[in-house]
Order: sequence, then C-alpha cells, then structure tokens
Amino acid sequence: MNNATTYDYITELLNKGTREDGRENLEYRALSIKPGTMPNAEGSAEVNLGFTRVLAGVKVVLGEPMQDRPNEGNLAMSAELLPLAAAHFEPGPPSPEAIELARVVDRGIRAANIVDLPKLFITEEKVWDVYVDLYVLNYDGNLFDACTMAATTALKSARMPKYENDAVIREGSLGKLPTKGLLSSCTFGSVAGHIILDTNANEESFADARLTIANDETVVRAMQKGLGGGFTPKEVSDMLDITFEKSKEIRNAINKSIGE
Amino acid sequence: MITMASSQEKPQLIVDGKRLDGRDAGDLRPISIQTNVVKNAVGSAYIEWGNNKIIAAVYGPKEALPKHTANPERAVIKCRYAMSPFSSLEDHGRTGPNRRATEISKVTREVFENVVMLEKFPGSEIDIYVEVLQADGGTRAAGVTAAAVAMATSGIPMTDLPFGVSIGKIGETIVVDLNKIEDNYSDADVPMVISPRQDKILLLQMDGNMTKDNIKEAIDLAKKAGETISKLQSDALRAPYLEVMEKYKGEKSSYDEKQAD
Repeated sequence: MNNATTYDYITELLNKGTREDGRENLEYRALSIKPGTMPNAEGSAEVNLGFTRVLAGVKVVLGEPMQDRPNEGNLAMSAELLPLAAAHFEPGPPSPEAIELARVVDRGIRAANIVDLPKLFITEEKVWDVYVDLYVLNYDGNLFDACTMAATTALKSARMPKYENDAVIREGSLGKLPTKGLLSSCTFGSVAGHIILDTNANEESFADARLTIANDETVVRAMQKGLGGGFTPKEVSDMLDITFEKSKEIRNAINKSIGE
Repeated sequence: MITMASSQEKPQLIVDGKRLDGRDAGDLRPISIQTNVVKNAVGSAYIEWGNNKIIAAVYGPKEALPKHTANPERAVIKCRYAMSPFSSLEDHGRTGPNRRATEISKVTREVFENVVMLEKFPGSEIDIYVEVLQADGGTRAAGVTAAAVAMATSGIPMTDLPFGVSIGKIGETIVVDLNKIEDNYSDADVPMVISPRQDKILLLQMDGNMTKDNIKEAIDLAKKAGETISKLQSDALRAPYLEVMEKYKGEKSSYDEKQAD
C-alpha cells in the first residue's frame, strides 16, 4: 500500500496526534510472548506484536572453538523473512534487510552477554554452538523489537543438552542454557516529521529514518540507525530517555512469560 | 528414549500389537487444523499433526513474474516447501530449501496443478508456501493437507480438497502415519496425496520394500485414514463460520429484512 493516499492518511492522523490503530506516538501495540512453542528446539519463543508475528528457535549443538576465542562457545544469529510473511518478501538468499535485522539483534544479545559463552566450553577441541534462527511469520512492521524479544525469551528459556561419553543427550532431565541479564530494544521511526514508536508496516514504508536502541536495566547495549534520513542529537537523547522508560514494560513481559 | 545415530540396532517398533507411541497399526496421530493464521496471506492454515507443526500460506493469483514463467492459457503454481533449521530434535539444520525440499516443493506443486482451476486465471501465478516449523515424520503429507486448507480459505476455486498421509511397512505390518522414529527404521514408507472426490492419487512416492499386495493395502489404508483427515479439513474451514452463526443466532440479517419488505 505504498502510495500517496496512504501517506496522506497517515500524515493527517499523525498531525492530529493519533495513528491508524488509534495509538499514541510512543505507544506499543498489543504484545504477547510465548516461550517453548517448538519443543524439538532447545529453546523457542513466539512473539506477536500487533499483527507482526515472529518465532525464534534455538539449537545448541557440538562445535569447535574459534581461534580467537579458544575458551568459550559460539553464538550464531540469522533471520529469515519468510516469503509467506508478506506479499513483497521473495524466496531466495537472505536480503540485506534480513542480514541487518539478524546482525542488530545479535549485537545486542552479544554485548549484553545474554548467553554465558565461557560456560559453553567443553574441551580444547569441543565447545557448544548456540544457533538462534529468527523466523518472520507475518510482517506488520517493527521486526527489530519483536525479534530481540523473541531471541531473548528463547535463549532465557532454552534447555542445555549434556555431553556424556562422546554423545550428545538432548532428552530427559536437562538444565538450562547458561544466560545472564535481559535485553530488549525500542525502535523509533521518523514518519512525516513525527517520531513514533513501534511502527506498523504502513508507517514503516513511509519512514525517513529509524533508530533501534537495545538496552538492559543499566546500559545501552546496541544501536542502529537505518534508512536515508537522520535525527538531531536532541532527538537521539530524547529517544534514549524514552527507551529506558518503555523497556521496563518489555522486560517485565519477557520475565512474566518465562515465569521469573 | 531412543538415541538414533549412535545405535545401529533397529528398535522394536511394534510391541504386542502397539506402536511406540501407543497407536494401533491403523491409527493416525492427533491432528488439529486452524485457518487464517497469516494475516498478510490471501489464504493460510496451521496444522499440528502429532509433533509436526506446519504453516501453509497462499498468495495470488497475481501477475506471473518473471514474465517468461507466465502461461497465457492458465495460471502457474509456484511452491516452496522448507524446513526450519530448528525443526528437529537433532542438530541445527541448513537454512532454506535443500535437494530434498526442492523435490517435495515440486511434487506438492503438481498436486495442486491437479485440483486448482488454473484456467480461471490465465497469465497469473499462485504461490504456495509450506514452512515446517517442527518436524516429526510425514511432513510432506501434513504440508499438503494444510496447503489444501490454505488454498480453500483463499477462495481460489478448486475441484477437490486433497489430503495427504504417509503409509509405512514395519516388519510385515502395514501401518498408517509413520512418525520420525518409525520412518527412520521402517521397511517401507509411502507418502500419498489423494483427491477424495475424484478418487485419484495425486502424489505417490515410495522407498523400501513392498509386495504388490502391500501396496494395494497401503492405498486402502490411506483412503480410510483420509475419511478422518478430510473431515478435519472441512471442519477447520467451517469453524470460523460456525462461530459467527453462533454469535448471531436468532438475529435477523439485513437479507431477511429485505425479504420481509
């Protein structure tokens, strides 16, 4: 629906201080977080943010240590914009958008040390590799925040396989993947001169600039500015304040979903 | 618990007439189907078939692109079947379609070329996406079953609602709906898709060893299982309308009022 009529409609609403679904500028859509929806995976979580729906799957498998980090396990993040999730998503190798999405989520999770990688060391030749796959099942904007929530929740609720007598044990009584802290992100869009939180697909298609701020309780862990436009230093500073305020709700929702 | 790769020994798949998950030879696993699960799609369905969890969506009809793929007489179907890298209990899989998935995509497309009324949409394409989020044997049959419901919810006309089921052979017993462990150690596996109104087999694959009589029995069992599966498909399609009917029970519609005038 990327056309002039939709743009005029969205602009008119924003000028009146509202949005397509009646939200305020800095309001999130209805959020639900369900961990453990795919029990074959060591960890999983489905996030519904309005009509955006993403699934994160975590697999923990035997791997080898990286040369530059010989004493810890590895983390790999990837994102799939499934062609069934939107009419304009095409099958094929990951698009630049999918790669950016995975890398931004990865940076936050890594910087916040969500996965306790040193605890994934087994021997000098063997460590655990943690794969996080982000599956977009329906696209209606703001994949960054939905995917960060899904990845964090899936990792926090993941089980830890055992390595005994040269075999990996994935069933039976298992502990939890070693994790620390809690990460979420807030993504802002600059649409028709207004800064709004949690853009839907229509709003996102007209955004001039985008800023994702990923933080835990105390500090900012990752940021990414996207799209052609920019923000003033004052705007960035305001968005940081809003993020620390808003992210409490998200972290509470994640904690509640995993029973902590 | 059964560890697979490490053990060369074949587990006993049928003990005292019961299968490992407690089923009899002719029993299907529990199946549930939900429609309209992908809001952006024209039609969609989600199926849980045992531990299989599969989402199917249909987009189109739309202009066939690239243009050389278009047929001026009829619509073309494009199909992608893929498994998520976290779908199995074992290692992390590869992302996107591999050779196996490419073959399944092709045979799935051919199923729908038989039942979709393609001549209604010349020059256009219809896209079918089957994403296996979690796998436990029989995903192609479950995928086609879900895709058929997705196609029906899209409103694209079809001549029939096909269903899929996999029949297997364990020792000398022909069994319905192999799960993953059974599939790994069975003597034969026959995934099938049947178009029940036309009584036609639209997908048939087989590997292992089977006699002529085995195959005849497998087809009979598939048709019998199909009675259950077809009913679940049409119940899923009907469910949203029954909800609306229940909600407005006893109320007069604008149509009723017009008739009264």
